[in-house]
Amino acid sequence: MSDILSRRTVMKGAGATLGAAAFAHAMAPLTEWSKDLTVDEFLQKHYKELTRDEMARILVHLKAEAKQKYGRDVDIKDLPPQEGVSFGYALNLSVCIGCRRCAEACHQENNHDRSTGNSYIRVLEMQQGSLDLEHGNANYDHPVPAEGKYYLPVQCHQCDNAPCVKVCPVQATWKEPDGIVVVDYNWCIGCRYCEAACPYHARRFNWTKPEIPPEELNPDQGYLSNRVRPQGVVEKCTFCLHRTRAGRLPACLEACPTGARVFGNLLDPKSPIRWVLENKRVFVLKEELGTRPRFFYFFDK
Amino acid sequence: MTATRHLLDYPRFLGRLLWMSTDGSWRFYTWMTVLTAIALVGANAWAHQLAEGMALTGMSDHVSWGLYIANFTFGVGLAAGAVMMVIPAYLYHDHEMHDVTLIGELLAIAAIAICLLFIVVDMGHPERAWHLLPGIGRFNWPVSMLTWDVVVLNGYLLINLHICGYLLYMRFLGRKPRKQWYLPFVFLSIFWAISIHSVTAFLYSGLGGRPFWNSALLAPRFIASAFITGPAFVIVLLQVIRRFTGLPIGEGPLRTLTSVMRVTVLLNLFMLGSELFTAFYTGGSHATAVRYLFFGSHGHHALVPWIWTAVALNITAAVLVHLPATRRHVGLLNLACALAFAGVWIEKGMGLIIPGFVPSTLHEVVEYVPTLTEWKITAGIWAFGLMVLTVAVKVALPVLSGQLAASHAAARH
Repeated sequence: MSDILSRRTVMKGAGATLGAAAFAHAMAPLTEWSKDLTVDEFLQKHYKELTRDEMARILVHLKAEAKQKYGRDVDIKDLPPQEGVSFGYALNLSVCIGCRRCAEACHQENNHDRSTGNSYIRVLEMQQGSLDLEHGNANYDHPVPAEGKYYLPVQCHQCDNAPCVKVCPVQATWKEPDGIVVVDYNWCIGCRYCEAACPYHARRFNWTKPEIPPEELNPDQGYLSNRVRPQGVVEKCTFCLHRTRAGRLPACLEACPTGARVFGNLLDPKSPIRWVLENKRVFVLKEELGTRPRFFYFFDK
Repeated sequence: MTATRHLLDYPRFLGRLLWMSTDGSWRFYTWMTVLTAIALVGANAWAHQLAEGMALTGMSDHVSWGLYIANFTFGVGLAAGAVMMVIPAYLYHDHEMHDVTLIGELLAIAAIAICLLFIVVDMGHPERAWHLLPGIGRFNWPVSMLTWDVVVLNGYLLINLHICGYLLYMRFLGRKPRKQWYLPFVFLSIFWAISIHSVTAFLYSGLGGRPFWNSALLAPRFIASAFITGPAFVIVLLQVIRRFTGLPIGEGPLRTLTSVMRVTVLLNLFMLGSELFTAFYTGGSHATAVRYLFFGSHGHHALVPWIWTAVALNITAAVLVHLPATRRHVGLLNLACALAFAGVWIEKGMGLIIPGFVPSTLHEVVEYVPTLTEWKITAGIWAFGLMVLTVAVKVALPVLSGQLAASHAAARH
């Protein structure tokens, strides 16, 4: 009896050892993954809970990391929202010609992964006389503007009642006092619920580690905006907050050859954006969803 | 016995059960080895996905949820459906069902384990799961429906672990379970089972930007189909247990569960029909996703074979459970169960999640096809769930039947 029992125990021990070894072997790819994960990063607090000193240390670390990876000096700032500033954006559909230079400028400015050609802006070619997105086409490939068409660039609308902010289970995305919806790349768990919730296809997920040739890297970076994102987190348009919070204009606006884009401070009565809102018949996309966008469209004629 | 002794004795009891679960026949060892192998293949695929990124899946920014969330949704239904054994036993005092209710509760535990794993593998940063911990992380409750899901799923797991653990432990000690220690939890679990699946439906139906999901009928549909898959699985499971363990399970529970299925298969088809009527009769852009699902759109047809298979399976199952011959031939009943299970798996899985994303919110049509990595991980998780279920049932039965009891153990030592 005891012989059989012990043989059984030995067999079980052998089985358990074999199982453990097989498990370790199966999980081996994780050693590569864990190399990128430091204890400091793992324990890093939510953006809003970081002290100035902690943020300073994080920025030093990120710059050193960029230097090591790209061999270049990058400047990563954490610019706060300005007092008395609330951003708004408007786009003149009468003059947009659908050249997609805004999308390309976004791609460069925001250090998007090169192979996917990612951009926060999608331009839809629309049928004259229709606002039904179903008749739009984002993959047009012919000289523009085409006869009988108009063009509808869509990016994050920085909604005041943002569905993406509501659904995030860990508050990794929120609305800043100047109206910009941001993502803490170091807090996002990558569940992509926000991507499902957004009615404007404004969010992107880092399905892999973004790859950018060092010479193409934009060194002017913001912690909450265009620094090179980690794999496995969600990102989005931030109205180029690393530029706009420093008094500059968004990259997409500067790239527009027709002057279709108007950007500015909604609280400043003399700003061009206020002039547009007061003098043009503006509308927002999918108004019926109650998202209250800060991105407006209008026709000139 | 004092409470502190239980604190030590209960873990020891669980340890004994687990140790005992490693004993078995060659059939048991073969079954567990096969499941382990599949689970390991899944674990390996997941490790690769974590290291190299979720680009290894077929998902994209257009279709940002896929096979994992489809299986998660189905799994929640299975967990909720298991409660269909509790309701007859405790609300309608069905005594035969009472004896096997525990098996339903064990199934719920295994199904929740599956659901939690499907969420983990869908996360870009699973190591940041601690951000969800209230107090330590930033739990966005009550605003985010996902936090409600975290609460109800883990709560359901704990409730069922408590009920099963308490009843088995008392049986082991040879004592009569005290009603106040389990009955409130049993009734809570009935309410809670409905809540887990409603909340999971609200995850989707609360999104105004996705017309395909934005329907008040989603939660009732989820509950109806849960009460197909739960009973269907248990009907087959009870026969397997009867065959391999000799536990005397009467025909009563099988009959009751079949009656439940007779109603729910029709209810599910009726609600699907209502959705289809609303979509197709109204027409317009809101119906695009449904058109894509059933007939394809703009030359894209990836889901069409899936959904028609599901419809065929569900209708066949509905006919089968109503045939008089099915009452006489258990083989026909088992076939109906298998067809219904597979039909709902498609309808509530791929058939529900993917059309939410096709067309996208900007009405672009980008299709989704799961990759081998996703299939491996999915198979691995289901294999793991079956292992949990097998072990749970295997250790629970000797305690239930009195073969394993504290008095015997004391006598042997």
